[in-house]
Amino acid sequence: MERRSTRVMLAIWTVLVLVFLFGPILLIAVYAFNASNVQGWPIHGFSLQWFPKTWANAEVRAALWLSIRAGLVATTIAVALGTCAAFAVHRGRWRGRETLSFAVVLPIALPGIITGMALNSFFVFWHLPLSYWTIVIGHATFCIVIVYNNVLARLRRVPGSLAEASMDIGAGPWMTFRRVTFPAISTALVAGALLAFALSFDEVIVTTFTAGAQNTLPLWIFGAIRLGQELPEVNVIVLAILVVTAVPVWFAYRVTQDR
Amino acid sequence: MAHAVSGTGRAGRLGSLLWRRPGLSLAGLVLPPVAWMGLIYIAALAVLFIAAFWSVDDFTGEIVRNWTFANFQEVATSPIYQKIALRTVAMAALVTLTDAILAFPMAYFMARIAGPRLRLALITAVVLPLWSSYLARVYAWRLILAHDGVLNWALRGLGLPGAEIGYTNTAMWIVFSYIWLPFMIMPVYAALERIPANYFEASQDLGGRGMRTFLKVVLPLSMPGLVAGSIFTFSLTLGDYITPVLVGGPGSDFIGNVVYANVGVANNIPFAAAYATVPLVLMAVYLWLARRVGAFDVM
Repeated sequence: MERRSTRVMLAIWTVLVLVFLFGPILLIAVYAFNASNVQGWPIHGFSLQWFPKTWANAEVRAALWLSIRAGLVATTIAVALGTCAAFAVHRGRWRGRETLSFAVVLPIALPGIITGMALNSFFVFWHLPLSYWTIVIGHATFCIVIVYNNVLARLRRVPGSLAEASMDIGAGPWMTFRRVTFPAISTALVAGALLAFALSFDEVIVTTFTAGAQNTLPLWIFGAIRLGQELPEVNVIVLAILVVTAVPVWFAYRVTQDR
Repeated sequence: MAHAVSGTGRAGRLGSLLWRRPGLSLAGLVLPPVAWMGLIYIAALAVLFIAAFWSVDDFTGEIVRNWTFANFQEVATSPIYQKIALRTVAMAALVTLTDAILAFPMAYFMARIAGPRLRLALITAVVLPLWSSYLARVYAWRLILAHDGVLNWALRGLGLPGAEIGYTNTAMWIVFSYIWLPFMIMPVYAALERIPANYFEASQDLGGRGMRTFLKVVLPLSMPGLVAGSIFTFSLTLGDYITPVLVGGPGSDFIGNVVYANVGVANNIPFAAAYATVPLVLMAVYLWLARRVGAFDVM
């Protein structure tokens, strides 16, 4: 065992890192209630006035709606393709298995500008104008790995003997999938889908290359911060996003930790 | 149970067919993801690579599909582009080192000292910021480091002179280290957790004092975790251009900023593609080295 002094030092270090991780996030929450439109510290007055004002902002609403639509479709594609890939890789050895698992991870292992830049030049090459669908294609591409990782990790933990037992007592392959395999991986699918949506909903770098003149919510925030405009609205949106993404992430981890 | 009889209906027949011909169902599973990744992503990377050898007509702004090394020549010889590439790589390395130092003691505490309940709480606490909004977290630091932000308020409260580090390379270093820290903690924790407890005892029984056990047993065995974490911190910093725009000052451009400006403003995709091969080649080498250390097992 580590000496007592070592343990105390490590505990203090851990607390400091936690403060470092969460301090800025808590600060953001305070700024959302700042009455003034000047962003300085200390805050002189608190108010809820920016919440209804942000909700009434038409640009913000349009961006939010685009982000939700792109996220839902990209997540659907990612769930379908990521699950296929996970089942395929789990099915023992076949030629090209390593290549598939490598290709799936590549969009998040490579720096974001490369994925963005590559997709952009691809669309230019085929004379495809940047649109809603180019955003969806980009998001789906880097979300596949999230679903893939979750489902594959679960498949590896579910003993193969379960499916065999199901077959032995007379269930066909379809019945076995529906009654045994699918229930076993369903929470991993939900967790993967939630995390994929969270990733899509927040992505900036690839999206700037695939969105053209359209604004997803993160692109709107990025523009506003860069220009130093509408910062009270930014404070509110950013707090809303932190709260809204914390729920699916917390849920996704609960769901996967229980098993 | 009567309804448990299988093989009824179209789905049942399809299922049986696929079961009898496993190759068929494997092909059905493999084809969709391979088609998507191959026809879109790998094809896009190929276009990017080929476009780097094209050029842009000065008058019309159209892409000319002739083979030339001019873009690479400019990347290799221009002092400005060299400086920017060097700044990006140096920042990525510095951030990686900072995160390794911050992460290691905490990961050690999580793996070896915390009880099961506390450990789970800490994992959640590390993972939550990892998934929470990137822009929100960068923006938070913009507020903290601003001239009339929390940092200067605190410094003045302590009777110290204010620090004007908003919009500098120091600000970028802090923000990058902050954003990517969870990516380092998780794999290091995973690596440390895998070390069997009796390795520590064995080392101590053989007379290895604290520091010696650490250097000879813990550090080598946690190396795959550190390397896996460094892939994320290095690659994510290398490919970023949002943080330099939001918290960097004048003269803090990254490779990404040049690439983005050439795609969006200057409309010179061939040059952007050539410059983007710098991080691409760096990461390829890095991933190849990391694979040899076994970093992919703890990712």
